Amino acid sequence: MKKYLRLLYNGIIPANPVFVLLLGMCATLGTTSSALNGLMMGIATAAVLICSNAAISLLKNVIPDKVRIPAYIVIIATFVTVLQLAISAWMPALNASLGIFIPLIVVNCILLGRAEAFAGKNGVIASLIDGLGCGIGFIFALTLLGAVREFLGTGHIFGYEIYSEDYGMLIFVLAPGAFIALGYLIAIVSRLRGLSSNT
Amino acid sequence: MKKLASTLPNMILSLGIITVLSGLLLGVMYTVTKAPIEQSEREMQTAALAEVLPPFDNDPEAEAQSVNVGGQVYEIYPARMDGHSVGVAVKGVTMDGFSGEVVIICGFDNKGTVVNYRVLKQAETPGLGAKMEMWFRDPSGTRSVIGKSPGIQNFSPVKDGGDVDAITAATISSRAFLSVLRGAYEAYRQYAQTQGMYIPAVSDSHTGASTQQPTDCHIGSSVHS
Repeated sequence: MKKYLRLLYNGIIPANPVFVLLLGMCATLGTTSSALNGLMMGIATAAVLICSNAAISLLKNVIPDKVRIPAYIVIIATFVTVLQLAISAWMPALNASLGIFIPLIVVNCILLGRAEAFAGKNGVIASLIDGLGCGIGFIFALTLLGAVREFLGTGHIFGYEIYSEDYGMLIFVLAPGAFIALGYLIAIVSRLRGLSSNT
Repeated sequence: MKKLASTLPNMILSLGIITVLSGLLLGVMYTVTKAPIEQSEREMQTAALAEVLPPFDNDPEAEAQSVNVGGQVYEIYPARMDGHSVGVAVKGVTMDGFSGEVVIICGFDNKGTVVNYRVLKQAETPGLGAKMEMWFRDPSGTRSVIGKSPGIQNFSPVKDGGDVDAITAATISSRAFLSVLRGAYEAYRQYAQTQGMYIPAVSDSHTGASTQQPTDCHIGSSVHS
C-alpha cells in the first residue's frame, strides 16, 4: 500500500511531468491560455494516460520488444480517438473550447514516456497508480500555468474577474507568455524542491 | 507468461492483433457516438438560430436553401411567424481570417437590418481576432453591427473607409468577419428577390473594401434577368 502511495505522490511533485521531467511541452504551452482550458486538457490527458498505462501493462508480454513503440503508439492513439469521439458526442461545450487540442494528446511525450519507462515493465495496478499520479501532476501543472497566464493576461481566474481586462498583458495569453510563465514556474518549483530536500 | 521473442511472425502477429482490436474499438465507438455528435451539432445550430432571429414559429432548418454569391455558398434559414416572414438567418464561411475557417451565422430582419450574429467556428488568435464573438456587439464607438444594415452602413473596417471599428490589432480577422456579413447580406438580397420579399438596398461597401465579394454577383440570378 505504502509503495502505491509513494508511486502516486512521485508523479505529482518529485517527478512532475511538466515542472520536473519537462515532458509534454507542446500541449502544455499550447492549451494553457486559461485556467479552465489547462484543467480540461489535464483531465483529458490524465484519462488517456491511465487507460494507456493499464492497457500497455496488460499487453506487455505479448508485444515483442522490437515493435513495442509502434504498438504503444497504436494503443495511445486509439484511446485518444475514443476520448475525442466521446467528448464531441457528450460534451459539446468542452469540444468547442478544446476540440483542436485533443488530437495533440497522441504526441504528448508523457504517454509514451510513461509507457516506455513504467507500464512496459510493471504490473497493472502499479501502472494504473503511476498513470493516476502523473495525470494528477499534469492536471496540477497545466491548471497552475493556465491560471497564471489567464490572471496576468486578462485579469481573470477561471473566468472570474480579479482586475479589469484593460490592464491585462496580452502577451501572457499568446505563445511567448506561455514560455515566460512556464520558465518562472519551473524556477519556483525547482527552488521549492531544493528547499524541501535539504530539510 | 514469458515475453514474446522478437521474431518476424511474432511481431507481425502481435502488431496485427493490436491494430485489429483498436480498429474494432474505434468502429464501435464511432457508431455509438455518431448520432449524439450529429445531434449536438444540430442543437448548436438551432440554438444559434433562435438567438440571431426575431421570434419565429416555423422550423427554419427544414426550409433551408443555399444561395451562391460570387462562388461562395451561403445557407439561408427563413424565419416565419404565423406564416409571414419575420427575417432570415444566413450562414456564411470564409477562409480570409487569420487562421482557418470562420463560420458565422447572421440574422437579418425583413428590412435587411442585422438582428444578431453568432460565430459558430473560428480559430483566430486568442485575445485578438478571437474577440469577434463579443466585439461586434459592443455598443461603444462604432464597433457594433447589431441594428445596422450593410445596405445603409459600409460594413468594412474604418481603416478601409468603412463604418465599423475593427478589432484592435486584428484587422485581418475583422475584415474576414465583415466580409462574411456583406456576403450574407448579398445572399439575403438574392433570396428576397426569388421570394418576392422586400428587397433591401444594394450594399455600397464595395468602394474601398479590400476583401469585397464581387457586387455584380446577383446579376446572374434568374429572377433578375
